[in-house]
Formats: sequence, C-alpha cells, structure tokens
Amino acid sequence: MTTILEVNGLEKRFGGVVAAQNIGVNVSAGETIGIIGANGAGKTTFVNMVTGHLAPSAGTVKFLGANIVGWPPRRITELGLCRSFQVPQVFLSESVFDNVLLAYGIAEESGFSMLRPLRNKERDARVRKHLASYQIAEHEKTAASALSQGIRKLLDIAMATVRKPQLLMLDEPTSGISVEEKFDLMDIIMAALREEQTTVMFIEHDMEIVQRHVARVLAFSQGEIICDAPTAKAMVDPKVVEFVLGQEYHAEVRSDA
Amino acid sequence: MSFDRTIIGVTIAVVLMACATFFIPDWVRQIGLLSMAIGSVALGLLVLWRTGLISFGHALFYGFSAYGVALLNHLGVRDAFVLVIVSAAASGLLAWGLGFLVRRYRAIFFALLTMAFSMILYGVLAKTERFGSTDGLNIHPPTFLGYAPVDQAAQITLFLFGLLVVYGLMLGVQIYLRSVLGQMTTAVRENEIRVEYLGYSVEHVIHIKYVISGLLAGFGGAIMALAVGQVDPESMAYWTASGEFVFVAILAGTGNVAAPFIGAVAFEIIRHFAWEHGANLWQLIMGGTLLAIIMFVPDGIWSVLQRLVRKKDGVK
Repeated sequence: MTTILEVNGLEKRFGGVVAAQNIGVNVSAGETIGIIGANGAGKTTFVNMVTGHLAPSAGTVKFLGANIVGWPPRRITELGLCRSFQVPQVFLSESVFDNVLLAYGIAEESGFSMLRPLRNKERDARVRKHLASYQIAEHEKTAASALSQGIRKLLDIAMATVRKPQLLMLDEPTSGISVEEKFDLMDIIMAALREEQTTVMFIEHDMEIVQRHVARVLAFSQGEIICDAPTAKAMVDPKVVEFVLGQEYHAEVRSDA
Repeated sequence: MSFDRTIIGVTIAVVLMACATFFIPDWVRQIGLLSMAIGSVALGLLVLWRTGLISFGHALFYGFSAYGVALLNHLGVRDAFVLVIVSAAASGLLAWGLGFLVRRYRAIFFALLTMAFSMILYGVLAKTERFGSTDGLNIHPPTFLGYAPVDQAAQITLFLFGLLVVYGLMLGVQIYLRSVLGQMTTAVRENEIRVEYLGYSVEHVIHIKYVISGLLAGFGGAIMALAVGQVDPESMAYWTASGEFVFVAILAGTGNVAAPFIGAVAFEIIRHFAWEHGANLWQLIMGGTLLAIIMFVPDGIWSVLQRLVRKKDGVK
C-alpha cells in the first residue's frame, strides 16, 4: 500500500510547555487508525498540527508527497486531507440540507465558477444521497441548532467528507454521546467511510469502539507516541496499559496473561 | 437557470417606471432619481449585511465616485455612461485596495474602519482648492451617447439612464446572491473555521463582498452627482451621509435586492415632506421612524410586503 501521510519529528511548544514532541508516523492508503491517550496527551494537538489548525514548532508533515507544514487549512482540505471537530463545527442557523449543500458548492466550484448558482437539481441529488449515507436525511429541513448532539456530529462528519478525502481525521467522534448511541453512531460513520474507501484516523476514548473498528493504534502520552502497533498488540503493551488504559484494565490484562 | 420571481418582478417594475416617467411631475421624478442613488448604496450595504457585516463609512465610495464624476466632467468628459462607469469602477478599485486591510476585521472594527477612511476623504475634499473646498464643484449636464437633451427632456433621459443602471445592478447582485460565493453569508457569519475547512478563504469571501459593496456605492454616488448637478463634501462624504445609508438599509430590510430601492423611496418621501413642515423637523420624524422600524418591524419594509403577499397567497 502507498504511504499517503508521513510525519517526522513533529513538535509543539507553548512557551516552556511541550505539548507534543518527537512525533513520527506513516499512514498508508486504506488504513483505519485509532488515536488513544489520556486527556492532555497531545492527541488533538497532533490532529491540529497535521490539518493546519496549529503551526508546529518543528518537524515535517508530508501528505501525498507535499510538505504541508505552514499551509492554511483550506489548501490542505483541497489537497484531500479533511477533518471533523470534537465540538461539531456547523452552520447552526442553517438547515442540515443547506449545511451540506454549501459544502458541496465550495468543493465543486472554484475561481469564477463560484459565481454559478449554488442550487441545481444534480447537486441537490448528490446532497440527498450523501445525507442518506450518513442516515441524517430525515433531518434535512431541521436547523443544525435544533439537532441532538449525535446527529450534529454526523452532520459535521458528513460535511468533512463531501470532497471524498484521501485521509480523514476525526477528533473524538463519540464524545458527548450517550453510551447507547455511541456504537450505532460509529457503525454509521465507518460504514459510510468504507463505502468510499476513505483512509481514516480518529481519536477515541472508548476501547471497545477502538477494538471494534481499527486495525492499528497510536497511543499518546505526555506529547509523545508511546506505542504504534496493531490493535490487539497495543492493548496489552505495558506502556499503553500503564499510561492510557489505567489500573482497571491493567488488572484485567494481567489476569489474562 | 431556474425560474426567478425576483428577476421577473424587478423587470416588470422597471418597465412600468420607464413608461411612467413621461407622465409624472418633475419633483416626483427627482425623488425617483435620488432614491436610485441612495438605494444603490443601500444595496451595497445589503451585500455585507447578509454576512453580518455593517459599514458606517460607505460615504467614502459614494463621495469618491461622485467627485470622480465631477472631476472627469471638468476635464471635458460629458457622456453619462463613461462618467458613471469609470467613477464607479474607481470606487470599486478603492474598495479592492482597502479590502486587504478591512477584511481582517469584524464587527465594530469592520464597521468603523471604512468610516475612518471616509473622514480622511472628507478632510481632503474640504481642504483642497482644486476640488472646490467646502463649496464643491458644479457638473455640466451630461450627454447620452451623443444625445444632449435639455430642460425636462434632460431629466427624463437621466431617469431612464438611472433605471437602466439600477436594473443592471439588481440583476447582477441577484445572480451573485444565488451563487456559491454569494451564498456564503450565514456560513461566514456563524462559523469561519468550518468555511476554511470546507476549502475556502473567509477573508477572500469578505473581500469580494466589500468590493461589490464599494462598487454599488460608487454607482450610487455617480447617479447622485448627475441628478443634483453638483458635488460637495458635506452631503457626499461626511459621516452623516453614511448614517443615512445605514438608515435606509434598516428601513428596507435585507430580504430582496429590490428592498433597498423601496427603502430609499420611503426615505426620500419622508424627507421631502418633513422638510416642507420645518427645517429641523425632519430629523425628529426620521428618528421616530427609525425607532418604530427597529421596535416593530426589525426586518424592514420588505418583511411587511412579504407578509402581505403571504397573507394573500394564504387566502387563495
């Protein structure tokens, strides 16, 4: 498989505080990767640096062969690296349909063709199909502000995927969602992404979801990657157990071993 | 392109007015001309307003263009088409240049930054002998592609010319507002981060809106210069002029490209009749009107018209 993302020596300092350092990781097309770690371990900082939200203090990020450090988010997006947010970033007073419609408009037009009408029958159909694959078609006319947290998350991710990205990074897709809803939500997201064969990296705290959906795990602790391994192996890695999974898991894993 | 009620409605209204101009008294025609000028500026404010941006300084582009007409006229240019298009384009160019700075600001800073520039323009115009200082400059009657009407024919021709310009502006803005670029309104107002992550530059969006807005204000200033036959800094570039444009924009509402012109007509009629009843009375009436609008119809006259139409549709 071809490598699409190459991160080397990535580092972020806020004054004297090191938020991330020495981060190196290669991602191949078609992979599904889980990013785990305690709060403040540097997971979101990592995603923010790769997607252009935060300028790294040092290091390189190569995506599809281009060094994208210092690029504005829109250029990175155009190149095919898209993201969702822990707190959904949607247009709250607009309907679900209009949110996704504008996403399509921006993705499909550029330069002077931006002056073409936003709405046309073909685009409307594409929007409806996209809403259907994220199972939010029934909320089409609802304003984003009136959606439940879970549906709003789906909308956020749906908007991040209209460009059919080469790589999608999801920042805690299940945070703030009730335990009962979590699994269904993640199933919907992963099914939609599999259909498009999107390479995906997501931050997740729930180990059941990680084990269910990903083949490879990146574990963060204190700004560094402490483990990069296939999921089954990572779950029993001593460092992961100590710094990420904590005591409960620790005991359980020990008794298994 | 799909069926557009606005374009059809606007076309019918413009044709009706073009016919009516031959039968209306001069003072009504003059109110019409002033409304076209003020309405064009208010249309420029509408473009910004839909994105949650407001400018308290559009007299900058209005005055800049009006003086452009006057100066070109003094250089011997008489054709109305050349005068208006060149002057408005100069205003658009000015907006493009200032846009690089203005697009970085939002809310109150955005609103006042343009005003700061308009105050500078006012100072320059009022202090420069060449521009007639506080007295301003007179404008020789324009010609229209070689046709040089006099007296009433001149006013009628100018009215038709103004209608043509305003019609073009409304169509252009309507097409823009329906486009992908023009639809980035609520989106930019509510979530700039998401717009960037959808792949477009928010500053670019705002810059374009600012240029369109400056261009429209430029057309307004140029029409005004021709309509009153003179320019002066007090009525063309002082900040109170900017205040009037904001007033008209509030009065009109942002619901439709025709709204600013309806608002402008209402504004000119109120002013016209208030003046007849006393020199300082009109501010009082204007203030009262503004108060009533904000309290009872915050979405402007257009929203009232819209409600009336919906009621009628409901009865059917």
